Amino acid sequence: MLELRQATYRYAGYARPVVHEVDLRVDDGEIVGLVGANDSGKSTLCLVASGLAPASIGGELKGTLTLDRTPAAGLRTYQLAERVVIGFQNPNTQRSGIAATVFEEIALGPINLGLSVTETVARTREAIARLRLEPIVQQDPQRLSGGQSQLVAIASLLAMRPRHVILDEPTAQLDPAGTQLVGEALHALAAAGTSLLVAEHKTDLLEGLCDRVVALDAGRIVLDGPAGRVLGDPGLVALGVEPPSHVRLGRSAAAAGVDRARIDVALQ
Amino acid sequence: MIEIEELVHVYSGETRAVNGVSLSIGAGEAIAVVGQNGSGKSTLVRHLNGLLRPTEGRVAIDGLDAAGRRVAQLAGIVGLAFQDPDRQIFAGSVRAEAAFGPRNLGWRRDAVDAAVAEALTAVGLAGEAETNPYDLGYSSRKLLALASVLAMRTAVVVLDEPTTGQDARGVARLEAIVRSLREAGRTVIAISHDMRFVAESFERVVVMRLGRIVADGSPAEVFAERGWPVLRSTNLEPPLAAVVGARLSLGSTPTEASLVAALVAGQPGGRTGGGGR
Repeated sequence: MLELRQATYRYAGYARPVVHEVDLRVDDGEIVGLVGANDSGKSTLCLVASGLAPASIGGELKGTLTLDRTPAAGLRTYQLAERVVIGFQNPNTQRSGIAATVFEEIALGPINLGLSVTETVARTREAIARLRLEPIVQQDPQRLSGGQSQLVAIASLLAMRPRHVILDEPTAQLDPAGTQLVGEALHALAAAGTSLLVAEHKTDLLEGLCDRVVALDAGRIVLDGPAGRVLGDPGLVALGVEPPSHVRLGRSAAAAGVDRARIDVALQ
Repeated sequence: MIEIEELVHVYSGETRAVNGVSLSIGAGEAIAVVGQNGSGKSTLVRHLNGLLRPTEGRVAIDGLDAAGRRVAQLAGIVGLAFQDPDRQIFAGSVRAEAAFGPRNLGWRRDAVDAAVAEALTAVGLAGEAETNPYDLGYSSRKLLALASVLAMRTAVVVLDEPTTGQDARGVARLEAIVRSLREAGRTVIAISHDMRFVAESFERVVVMRLGRIVADGSPAEVFAERGWPVLRSTNLEPPLAAVVGARLSLGSTPTEASLVAALVAGQPGGRTGGGGR
């Protein structure tokens, strides 16, 4: 379980906080989606939930982050890394730059956790199989397409078998098949008891993936509830969030005087 | 405007990222290039401004072989906004970043200022002119990278995954930018995985798979039900409007507007005969 209580965070050098009084609990095995307009504080909240803000990047956190009942404030950076991992928006930010092949890149996480070679190789192979990266394992990580880089970054996280996972737009650069693969991998992680927080603009993905969705506006949680209810909320558009495709189509049809049921029939 | 003939690109002796592409793009066309990750889309468009040179084949811009032109010459004709803005951005302020291109094209200062102001307004960053680009969020840095390209007022604008990381307002802004570029008669080429954006904003869709073109036509043609096996062979799914239209036997309805029109036409009291456009 990962829990934020009354979390207010201000970046170093900023006059004002970017997230305000956030209460957010992600249970073991739960996937919580995070939506909001750009600059609503999603990425910052991801950093705070991962403990990197303030542990690694400084700034000031009021309130608490608790990981499995351990306050994150007392943990060293390596202890944090053993408990929670974060996938950044831009996979090029995440790449180590020191691995010669995709296989080595994915193996770096488990190696840094101090695991044995046998265990590292087993976990690396499992992550590769999960995201079907076999065709590119021998390639140079610097020479991948944008989508391939993103899959490798996610595989690197999977190989660490984390208890808590924070993902900031994990599928932004992926084609629909890649997006689906990542969705399946995240479901499998949750089924094994990992708690996940996933910030995404792709509400179609979140609807199928999440138990719960939380919407942020100007750094505050303004909607929090079951995925279907939050993503179907009429107020979502005003927050700058694109509703799922079927919700959008249904509304356009209704606005033109078409019976919504005709679209619902087609979608079944 | 752009003629690509039998283009092949091989990265350092391994992957044939582009494997025999021929494509003719007319002035003022708006083309979306789609296909699975690693299908060669980015590699293809990087030949248009000379960032990459063909391993085999030929790329001609305005009737002249791109091979004979320096990147600086092509930069005045073809502007390319990268998928990853951090590979593009380097200046200390938003204004300086957007001004870099036109200044390097040798424009006079007032012309540079006017182009920069127009480009920053188009992407919604006019209020951030003095901000350091690295204080902007990822999605705003992507819009800045786009503004830097728009500021050069090139005849051809190439956008690599422009909607990535954008919220609903950002996508609407991009749709408006593509529309105004088209109205101004400029050629727009965009790579995207967002099939709704593609269907709504482009008149032609080129589908790539394993370095080759496997389909090329209007959204109504490419997203029609008979085209779905080809789309799925390269990991894509048609837009939801097309799926609903097909299931209700309304013909090809790639856009929301075409679907709604077909639904209205097929209703009691509406025009009879249905059918998408």
